[in-house]
Amino acid sequence: MNMLQRKVALARAEAVIQPRAARAHAAIGDWSLFLVFVTPNLVLLGVFTYWPLVYSAYLSLMQWDLISPVKLFIGLENYRFLLGDSEFREVMGNTAIFTLGTVGGTLGLGLAFALLLDQPLRAVTLARGVVFAPYVLSGAAVAVFWVNMLNPRFGVVAQVASWLGTVSPDWLNHPQLAMLAVMLVYVWKNVGFSTIVYLAGLQRIPQELYEAATVDGAGALQRFWSITLPQLGPITLFLLVVSTIASFQAFDLIKVLTDGGPVNATTTLLFYIWEQGFVAFNAGRAAAAAVLLFVLLAVISFLQVRIGERRVFYG
Amino acid sequence: MGRGRDWWQLVSKTLRWTLLVLVTLIMGLPLYWVVTGAFKTNRETYTFPPVWIPADPQWSNFVAAWQAVPFGRFFINSIVTTLGTVALELVFALLTAYALVFLRVRGKGWVFGFVIAALLVPSTVTLLPNYLTVARLGWINTYQGLIIPVAAVAFGIFLFRQHFLTLPRDLLDAAQLDGCGHLGLLRHVVLPLSQPVIVTFLVIYLVSHWNDFLWPLVATNRLEWRTVPVGVAYLYQVEGVQNWGPILAGTVMALAPMLVVYIVAQRWIVKGIGGGALKG
Repeated sequence: MNMLQRKVALARAEAVIQPRAARAHAAIGDWSLFLVFVTPNLVLLGVFTYWPLVYSAYLSLMQWDLISPVKLFIGLENYRFLLGDSEFREVMGNTAIFTLGTVGGTLGLGLAFALLLDQPLRAVTLARGVVFAPYVLSGAAVAVFWVNMLNPRFGVVAQVASWLGTVSPDWLNHPQLAMLAVMLVYVWKNVGFSTIVYLAGLQRIPQELYEAATVDGAGALQRFWSITLPQLGPITLFLLVVSTIASFQAFDLIKVLTDGGPVNATTTLLFYIWEQGFVAFNAGRAAAAAVLLFVLLAVISFLQVRIGERRVFYG
Repeated sequence: MGRGRDWWQLVSKTLRWTLLVLVTLIMGLPLYWVVTGAFKTNRETYTFPPVWIPADPQWSNFVAAWQAVPFGRFFINSIVTTLGTVALELVFALLTAYALVFLRVRGKGWVFGFVIAALLVPSTVTLLPNYLTVARLGWINTYQGLIIPVAAVAFGIFLFRQHFLTLPRDLLDAAQLDGCGHLGLLRHVVLPLSQPVIVTFLVIYLVSHWNDFLWPLVATNRLEWRTVPVGVAYLYQVEGVQNWGPILAGTVMALAPMLVVYIVAQRWIVKGIGGGALKG
């Protein structure tokens, strides 16, 4: 028996025979230490995460310009305005398109890339490195060089378009294409995340499953449908929830690429909140929109998990 | 039969190779474009078809970017803010997770619930109230204003807690019997056994704070207090589209730190983010 094993044995023995009084004493000591350890973080969470939630709800019932000493109570007027406003409806539509497009794009492409990068080919390591790199970069900086790339007169996208025999449109100033361009840049920047997560998931699928299926005479496509996809279910659900939340928070790309324009074509919910709060100084309306965003996101996450749990197979 | 199969394998392999090269080119092209663009002369920038390799690399673009905006300040601000925030978060997360796992206290579950529920509150909702709080404290254009409101941790605590739960209980009991207090236990037993998770934690939080845009934009309003991401957006605004060389040079400077971190620590980053996500 070496020293460590002896100590382990001793510790076990003492845990059994430790008198109750000593334990109670230890518990009091544990309590004060517990408070010392957890309080700083809890206080910060309280002040900068939970209190703002309450305060947003309060502000959403007010009319206030962020400067005047008096806030005017107007009840649910801010909500009534938002829900009846055609501009806000456009913002919600933009948010829906942006979220569906970017979540679908990053998950779909992410899975495709992961399947490709899972192949036993040389140079796969380099490709992985390149695919994931944009994810660690600053969105603001990424947006700046994409503005250059998307320029219809001298950008590289125009060059690619001319190789394909067409002419590049003025992406960022076009009422419909601006949104498409923002989504493409977002997908380019973020697809690496779902790729890496899917790759980790693919590598966890037990090889025996494939071997058994091959013995049973299943083709490649059949193995993909009946083994790969179901096995990736929990990961897909995780990515779905996380990517939706991330997509709702997209700001820097939009701010730099289009500043929400042309007109309101790329104004999403978060961008609208920022604009109302910090450009139009309409605190009440910004807070009401923020509360709506919180509720919307909570409902979507809940539904995703609820519906997903029923369909996903946890193996 | 055999020959048909060989032929099919060749086609399949060529196809996969082509796809792989294509994906790498498409994903890598923008990075190539920004780096070469930073070295182009004005004439090379504004021609079509575009120039792929700058004939005479213009280092002066970097000087021009550095002179157009106070890049030195941006970097200092970003470094202080990022390191300060991540250091605080690491300490908070380690202490909280340790307390949640190893201290025998009733009601721990509630504390953990309180921490995890914070993940449901998007930073969007907290933006305006936090700005008001920071403004009232007089913290606009200060490091404490940039750091304190974003220093609370939730996900990181979850990450550490999951890991601590896997540590062998006997070892900890033995160390405690040896006269190791909780702080000693944390330092000499738990920390050395947690290095991979700590690296994952550092990578995730370092990247996210260095790149953060919205909070520094709101918590500062003077140019000398801007961070690198906000500063580079400002450079693009002031230089307009007339002067792409310096703008792209500034962009490359803004991208460089994370690119270098990425190239050096790629293995851990990929493992950390992929693995961290799967644990979550």
